[in-house]
Amino acid sequence: MIKIVKKNAPTPLRENLTRILAVVFAFVMSGIIIALMGYNPFEVYWKIIENSLFSTMRFEGTMNKAIILVVLSLGIAIAFRMKFWNIGAEGQFYMGAFGATWIALSFPELPMIVLIPMMILNAFIYGAVWSLIPALIKWKFGTSETLVTLMMNYIAIAWISYLQYGPWRDPAALGAGKISKFSENAVLPDVFGIHCGWIIALVLVVVMTILFKYTKLGYKIDVLGESETTAKYAGMNTLNIMLIAVMISGGLCGIAGMMQSSAVEKSLSDSLSGGLGFTAVITAWLAKLKPPAIVFVSFAFAMLLQSGTALQLDLKISSSICSIIQGIIIFFILGSEFFINYKFVFTPRVREAGKENG
Amino acid sequence: MDILNEIGLFLQTSLQMGTHILLAIVGGIMCERVGNMNLGIEGMMLMGASFGYFIGVQTENPILAMLCAGLAGALGALIYAIITVTLRGNQVVTGLVLTIFGTGVAGFIGKTISGISLSQNVTGFFAAYSIPFLSDIPIIGKALFEQSFYVQLAIIVSILCFIYFKKTRAGLNARAVGENPAAADASGINVTLYKYLHITGGGFLCGLGGAYLSLAFLSRWQDDITAGAGWIAVALIIFSTWNPLKAILGAYLFGLLKGLNFKLQNIDMGFTIPSKLLDMVPYIATIVVLILITLRKKKEHQPPAALGNPYFREER
Repeated sequence: MIKIVKKNAPTPLRENLTRILAVVFAFVMSGIIIALMGYNPFEVYWKIIENSLFSTMRFEGTMNKAIILVVLSLGIAIAFRMKFWNIGAEGQFYMGAFGATWIALSFPELPMIVLIPMMILNAFIYGAVWSLIPALIKWKFGTSETLVTLMMNYIAIAWISYLQYGPWRDPAALGAGKISKFSENAVLPDVFGIHCGWIIALVLVVVMTILFKYTKLGYKIDVLGESETTAKYAGMNTLNIMLIAVMISGGLCGIAGMMQSSAVEKSLSDSLSGGLGFTAVITAWLAKLKPPAIVFVSFAFAMLLQSGTALQLDLKISSSICSIIQGIIIFFILGSEFFINYKFVFTPRVREAGKENG
Repeated sequence: MDILNEIGLFLQTSLQMGTHILLAIVGGIMCERVGNMNLGIEGMMLMGASFGYFIGVQTENPILAMLCAGLAGALGALIYAIITVTLRGNQVVTGLVLTIFGTGVAGFIGKTISGISLSQNVTGFFAAYSIPFLSDIPIIGKALFEQSFYVQLAIIVSILCFIYFKKTRAGLNARAVGENPAAADASGINVTLYKYLHITGGGFLCGLGGAYLSLAFLSRWQDDITAGAGWIAVALIIFSTWNPLKAILGAYLFGLLKGLNFKLQNIDMGFTIPSKLLDMVPYIATIVVLILITLRKKKEHQPPAALGNPYFREER
């Protein structure tokens, strides 16, 4: 018989050791698979590091992805802490980008100092409204937010596609479905070679850490996540807390959309996110919804994402290998969480019989 | 007569455009019925599509190709089951990762099979054939009886799945696991076994659905072959209120919409409905259905009560 037994409360040291062990196992496992595919795993791993860090251009690419992932993960984390399963980051990202683009295309002549804050504000509002819809539906009808937020993603993407090939199509693009580039004033400026979104992201990390750790709202969000009944019993206005937290969640994802459209793409398209909204659900979860950890996890994922294309050019390896490695690593980490709190105990049947006799 | 013929042909294409989604929805229903939400449908479809085509090219054996496609999907589902059922990982996150993983696997295998075409042996096997007399029935004749057998298989699988969950002991046990695993466990049902079997079985169908695209519908490999069909399947699972018979309706309505979209672009009506806005319809319809089923509170239409919750026997 195999039984599952709960371990004693884990110490932080043992928790982290388990996770590190999982990552090591994951690299060994994916190494074996890479070898089976006919490549040298050490070469592939080295190339991943080399291609994501050791060249200014590629490091910039890694940072660009990391910044977006951090902001998205922060947005997801606040909702997840409340056990509001917002997997609509992708959609909120696109609506934020839509809000920012609207401002950028409507007022291209405004000075940057006015235009950029307006874009950020509008992106926040649009993202917040997009996440508010499933929250209101949940409150009013009791409908599962997981499914509604998921559906809202695809509605948002279809909307951007519509704009791209319809009303917002750039006549200068000669029939191609493209939205025109932003004016110079609408592009986030570089600071130390990387667009200044990294400063915004770091500020947001600090703000969210403080919010979660030291403010009443953060505490209320955590209580609501633990148990709605407890929150109500303690006299909290659960609806207000939920709506505020959900709007912050969607708003942050919207800001991520603004950054990507303004600084990276310098325009809007229906492939703007490249699936980052879904990746961020994973990064937020792996970081245990804690802002400082989100920074590290996001950066690691950005490295993997960035090196994908480079691997293809350098080693003539399909960039898909990075998705496979990514999948294996996360599978292992997700699986390892179990061993932090539980263990398998093998109890031979013979001993049970012996107990009865004794 | 001419217009009847036209409608018949239109229905025929609609069914072809909904078949991969139908298989995926039924696979998803099997999984969700035992209480697990698997957002990895897209990944399992891609694994099935690529493996199926790979085996089809290598062995020129269509049956073996279909079988391997299903097994590839089931393998993906097995990884998901180990993590979510035995190791109690988060279902949403695991499903998303499965999609990333499946996309990677398909991309890798796709490199070896892109540009290589299937042998006559395989394409001939999956080609549409017509059943005499039956295919002459107006309107529905062509749609049902002049098709690839893959299309008919999907319909048969859905009906069998419906009967399974409605009439058989095993099917009812499975539903009990999805509704209240603790009670099911207490009444002697092996919850873990049921979950494993239905999750991998559902994965098998998703893989089969993906392979329909590469083996039968397109008969060639292309990158991102499913083009988001797995996500539409996730939506249509809800639209069908976890009922495999309604899944047939949902999948073909979607096929119809796709076909209509295509037609509308070629017919001049003086105004045009932008096709991108039509793309929203299945998702908006799903949200509306979700709200309606929560409002009506009819027991038949509710999601499985324990959907998304892991089951810890010790923490009952």
